[in-house]
Amino acid sequence: MSTASIGFAIAFYLAAAVFGAGLALRIALYGRTPAPLKIPTTPAPTTAAGVAFRMFREVAFFESLFKANLWLWGLGWLFHVSLALVILRHLRYFTEPVWGWVAFVQPFGIYAGLAMVAGLAGLWLRRVVLERIRYISTPSDHLILALLILIGISGLMMKFVSHTDIVAVKAFFLGLMRFDWQPLPSDGPLYVHLSLVVVLLVVFPFSKLLHAPGIFFSPTRNQVDNPREARHLAAWAARLEKN
Amino acid sequence: MAAKIEAPALREYPTVPTLAPGAMAESKPYVANEKMQEALGFPGQLVDDWQEKALGRMSELLANYRSLRVYMDACVHCGACTDKCHYFIGTQDPKNMPVARQELMRSVYRRYFSVAGRLMPQLVGARDLTKEVLDEWYNYFNQCSECRRCSVFCPYGIDTAEVTMAAKEILDCVGYGQKYSNEIIGKVHRIGNNLGLPGPALEDTLLGLEEDVKEDTGVDVRFPLDEAGAEVLLVTPSADFFAEPHVDSLVGYAKVFHQAGIRWTLSSKASEAGNFGMFIGNYDQLRKIALRIREAALELGVKRIVVGECGHAWRVAYSFWNTLTGIGAGADDPFAVMLQKQLDHRYKQPSHICEVTWDLIQRGALSLDKEANDHRIITFHDSCNVARGSRMGDSAGGQFEIPRAIIRSVANKYVDMAPDTTHEKTFCCGGGGGLLTDELMELRVKGALPRMEALQQVVDNHGVNFMATICAICKAQFTKVLPYYGFKMGMVGGVHQLVSTAIQLGAKS
Ligand code: HEM
Ligand code: HEM
Ligand code: SF4
Ligand code: SF4
Repeated sequence: MSTASIGFAIAFYLAAAVFGAGLALRIALYGRTPAPLKIPTTPAPTTAAGVAFRMFREVAFFESLFKANLWLWGLGWLFHVSLALVILRHLRYFTEPVWGWVAFVQPFGIYAGLAMVAGLAGLWLRRVVLERIRYISTPSDHLILALLILIGISGLMMKFVSHTDIVAVKAFFLGLMRFDWQPLPSDGPLYVHLSLVVVLLVVFPFSKLLHAPGIFFSPTRNQVDNPREARHLAAWAARLEKN
Repeated sequence: MAAKIEAPALREYPTVPTLAPGAMAESKPYVANEKMQEALGFPGQLVDDWQEKALGRMSELLANYRSLRVYMDACVHCGACTDKCHYFIGTQDPKNMPVARQELMRSVYRRYFSVAGRLMPQLVGARDLTKEVLDEWYNYFNQCSECRRCSVFCPYGIDTAEVTMAAKEILDCVGYGQKYSNEIIGKVHRIGNNLGLPGPALEDTLLGLEEDVKEDTGVDVRFPLDEAGAEVLLVTPSADFFAEPHVDSLVGYAKVFHQAGIRWTLSSKASEAGNFGMFIGNYDQLRKIALRIREAALELGVKRIVVGECGHAWRVAYSFWNTLTGIGAGADDPFAVMLQKQLDHRYKQPSHICEVTWDLIQRGALSLDKEANDHRIITFHDSCNVARGSRMGDSAGGQFEIPRAIIRSVANKYVDMAPDTTHEKTFCCGGGGGLLTDELMELRVKGALPRMEALQQVVDNHGVNFMATICAICKAQFTKVLPYYGFKMGMVGGVHQLVSTAIQLGAKS
């Protein structure tokens, strides 16, 4: 097996570990941190089911963003939905046999790849062109967009320009999962694609990409508006009552 | 000084303003003096090891408040909130964009509490906590009214008010507090209310009001103080006792109670509904101030607690009282249990005066002459804390419907302002969150711009001449600011001022 294959194998193990552990620790930290006061923002649901529905609308449709800014919503939603489809399509590299519904989304996944890059390009353009968005952007905001666009373009290259042996790619990843290492095809675009994915995995738990788990823990969105019916008390605040 | 402030021009088609960096860099409130700081248990002046202390407090807040914890990480700099803040719209200072305001703290968070910021500060916009940064915190976190409008639009609900409160708490803990808020909190503890009106003066004022109402209506409407055994304890902002137009609403509440035959009382101990503990983000103060009300309710043996027209007080009462003091259900400390036993089982939770009045109107207990308000064409300004941080009645949105329903029952002419400026999207009056102080007049005038634009529209199209609201701060702020925009200051008033005009006292009592 080539040095590159071994390198990628090790890199993916490490990246997966950083991603998994980093994310788990962050989520545990969010979960552990109390929200001492009831602060849901109107329109706040009055039942737990209502909150679940609100959260679903936020995650699936970006409801608040829709109210805020249609252009941003359009571009952002296009990017995220496409990303979701692309990732679902990628599940075929990790499952054998491929699940029926993953096979079903395959064709959509291809268009999604294009749409994802288009959405990202639009978001980037917005970030550069609009004065106030430029003002709030840090270098890392641009780099994340660049990273995702490059992942997308290198993926599309493989799809449309210089094909790679996807059967071998699959064998490599299944091999990783089964601790039975297989060689990785030595193609430029694939190397680029996978190296950048490693970077993405490592960066995820330390960057603003934490918005993905974060939204589920946001008290203004996940609290039930029922302070009259149920008392809400954080442990540290309860200790004050003993004085 | 105040005379030099110019109101920004009203825009016919509001678009996103261009940036004017540094426009408000010099705007800041007076710093609290040693006495005010120490009265609240904060250091008298900026401590020598302020940086260490500030970071220490920040670390505690991060551990105690999930809001802060998550919001420091989650922002993607998408910019959805950028054009939603009235202070940005009015001042064009980019640091008044909600995300930029958060970034003042987030940059420090990144530097000291995140891996990326420790390793590569420039890349992620991380900054050392220097004295310049601390001053910037003081200036710009005192340009946020904690109105939470940004939180409505942020895809993750990031609430800049939570960040501002945390910043003010940190500033207080290093001895860099704000005079206006901290002085007021001192007065609440020393004297019983924000305006520092002592018991005897309050008694005089109330007697005077009884005489005034008698003169006006020929009816003996009482304004009872500290009457044990009353059914209702009314807790209202102290501005209601003598500020104009606030006092007209107090008269309104009194007439409602009078006609409905409800025995009520004010309390000299809890002669203030406002709770500035929220504005400075200090849980201890928030709780201590709220506990006064529980004490007063226990002493007076009342069956029900009602809150007057005050925006943030209602947020505190509705959303926080049960948590802070057990006024509500589920608390197990002895005083809370005693109070729960004492209160009427139907009204264990605090009620808003609008809930009381609306309930009476629906039951036909009030005799109202709508024509009495015919000289007024009315609109309603939703106050931020009521709109975005509380509720009324039994269903979602009651905080919008009930005050409007009352207005419609006491007056014939009512129109709403543009939908992007009402309900949960309402714009702050520009004076909330502990900013209602003269040295911030420029900020207050400019921050009122979006509301003034919406008002101008209904004035032009419908001849509106009265803007009703249910918040003492809104009333005080508008009274001051309306003239800068060419409106009469008497245009603003309370919902119960309208009730007071319409109610026919002779008829049913
Ligand atoms: C629960 C899942 C997620 C939700 C609800 C979510 C939601 C959002 C929203 C509402 C925005 C702001 C609007 C926009 O710019 O699109 C955003 C931005 C962004 N999201 Fe997500 N996201 C999720 C997962 C992800 C994941 C898995 C990634 C990347 C691998 C990602 C990458 C980004 C990036 C890079 C931006 C910033 C775009 C810009 O620069 O304007 N998101 N996300
Ligand atoms: C270990 C993880 C990944 C592997 C093994 C992988 C592998 C591949 C391969 C082999 C292709 C070529 C498909 C073909 O020729 O039919 C591809 C395409 C693509 N990849 Fe990935 N990829 C991974 C992660 C990602 C991630 C995280 C993203 C997005 C952020 C992404 C975005 C794309 C896109 C947009 C395409 C082109 C459209 C498509 O064929 O679906 N990939 N990827
Ligand atoms: S809470 Fe209100 S004042 Fe503060 S940043 Fe948000 S919109 Fe502006
Ligand atoms: S809307 Fe929310 S996520 Fe977007 S920039 Fe503002 S605070 Fe950050």
